[in-house]
Amino acid sequence: MRVRWSNVVLFFGYLFLYLPLFLVVIYSFNESRFVSTWSGFSMKWYKALISNPIILRATLTSLKVASISATISTILGTIAAIVITRFRRFRGKTVFVGAITAPLVMPEVVMGLSLLMLFIGMEKFFEWPTGRGSTRVVIAHITLTLSYVTMLIQARLQDFDRSLEEAALDLGASPIKVFFVITLPIIFPAIVNGWLLAFALSLDDVVIASFVAGPGATTLPMVVFSSLRFGISPEINALAAILMTVLSVGVIVSAVFSYKKKSTADDYS
Amino acid sequence: MIYRFEEIAIGWVHNFVKNITGKRLLLVLPSLWVLLFFIFPCFILLKISLAEGIVASPPYSDLIDWVSDWILQIRLNLGNYLMLFTNEMYLRGFVTSLIIAAASTLCCLVVGFPMALAIARSSEKVRNILLMLIVLPFWTSFLIRVYAWIMLLSPSGLINNILMKYQLIEVPLPLINNSYAACLGIIYAYLPFMIFPLYNAVEKIDYSIIEAAYDLGSTPPKTFFSIVVPLTTPGIYAGSILVFVPAIGEFVIPELLGGAQTLTIGRLVWNEFFWNLSWPTAAALSILLLTAIVFPVMMSQRRKEIRFLMKDNQNAS
Repeated sequence: MRVRWSNVVLFFGYLFLYLPLFLVVIYSFNESRFVSTWSGFSMKWYKALISNPIILRATLTSLKVASISATISTILGTIAAIVITRFRRFRGKTVFVGAITAPLVMPEVVMGLSLLMLFIGMEKFFEWPTGRGSTRVVIAHITLTLSYVTMLIQARLQDFDRSLEEAALDLGASPIKVFFVITLPIIFPAIVNGWLLAFALSLDDVVIASFVAGPGATTLPMVVFSSLRFGISPEINALAAILMTVLSVGVIVSAVFSYKKKSTADDYS
Repeated sequence: MIYRFEEIAIGWVHNFVKNITGKRLLLVLPSLWVLLFFIFPCFILLKISLAEGIVASPPYSDLIDWVSDWILQIRLNLGNYLMLFTNEMYLRGFVTSLIIAAASTLCCLVVGFPMALAIARSSEKVRNILLMLIVLPFWTSFLIRVYAWIMLLSPSGLINNILMKYQLIEVPLPLINNSYAACLGIIYAYLPFMIFPLYNAVEKIDYSIIEAAYDLGSTPPKTFFSIVVPLTTPGIYAGSILVFVPAIGEFVIPELLGGAQTLTIGRLVWNEFFWNLSWPTAAALSILLLTAIVFPVMMSQRRKEIRFLMKDNQNAS
């Protein structure tokens, strides 16, 4: 039997991508603390994880920060995407597009450092945002995710047929009504995807949060990062398994959802 | 006189508010956000990079100082930059970062190209699943992906354990805490960024051109280098930038997998800020990283390729 080269490539490629993650999940069920011995199936690391107050509190903080920043970032990103695709050329449009997309290439350490410097200066003058609470992290994460969301929604806005919007305008609908009745339903899958991407990016960020977060706003990645410095710990395996399950289910659901939405949207456009 | 001035000012504000309605308001909101939280902080960083480090809170001096009623003194300290060029540690940091980023980009290209080709050649149904499987690890936590390699490579990790169990080695191999491990981590984390633009470019190739080349007697390697590579140059370029730019400022991977001697720029910025409390040095390093590496790379292609990637990401998920 002749084996096609492409199947061999795919096999090893996906093995490389998935085997390490798979092993992390397997060893979350190991009874022993060490990966050297497999001493039987156990859920005890999950129990330890759930009863760890530091991790629980950090998870809540992270979820709060991620949902607030993703929501604001999606609203701002939708506005920016509309400005980029639907406005006639205006003075400084190139600068606007450049400034919106620039955070994509900003090294995380530089972004974290510069935002902290800004927050310290702002606190001195306006006494806001203070180091306590998670306002600083929320603002930083909006800045981080805004460009990703804008790019995603802008791509969808560029794709679809504008004659629908023009027809509605010709028939006397106001621009605001056109947006809510025509544009928004069509780009809705992209908005959902943008929100999810912003949520995931915020939930994942450790560098920027470490710079700007005060003592009361430790996020989950910060806790994980500090425990990774001490090497292997089965609790992290258990956390990884939970995170991976939740995120992959979320991605698959959103993929199915946007696939269906997109096919109906494509029927219109 | 003062009355006139106020009148003008009020008139100006009035005009401004009148003009900011509807469309303009849309433009102003995101612009203000980026201006305040992205561009302005960069200038603050530039300012601090020219200050002197002092023992105070905040630990840097003011640039502008009223010496007496009519004398404004501006003190710019270029010493931070001078130090970056004279102190061997910082120079070595830049070189280490460049080498690690370039090597990882090259490896991603070598691993990613066959994968992109193989994905493009599979049937349409399989292709969508394969593309989703490329995106999926990107959604699982970045730290977890790095942790997976700590578990595999560390002295008490899986690979060393298996090798010792079968008595192939006596002492654990130093697999982790070197620049190779940092490279491996970067390749693992950023491979999807390489595969997507490559796949995008490969998919567009008209397969009949390749068949024509074979019919005319071209060998597979020759076909690859004289037809496939030139046709996919935009994709190669885009993927390389998407891997190289984040890799150059990377902090987490070199910190966790690279060990003490793999001091990249990202780690130097972090250490200067958190351990040495030398804010001006950290700021100067950041400014140098931006102006010497990130800006030139970005100016060479104007972010077109990133949009290219985002567009495809959306189609896949």
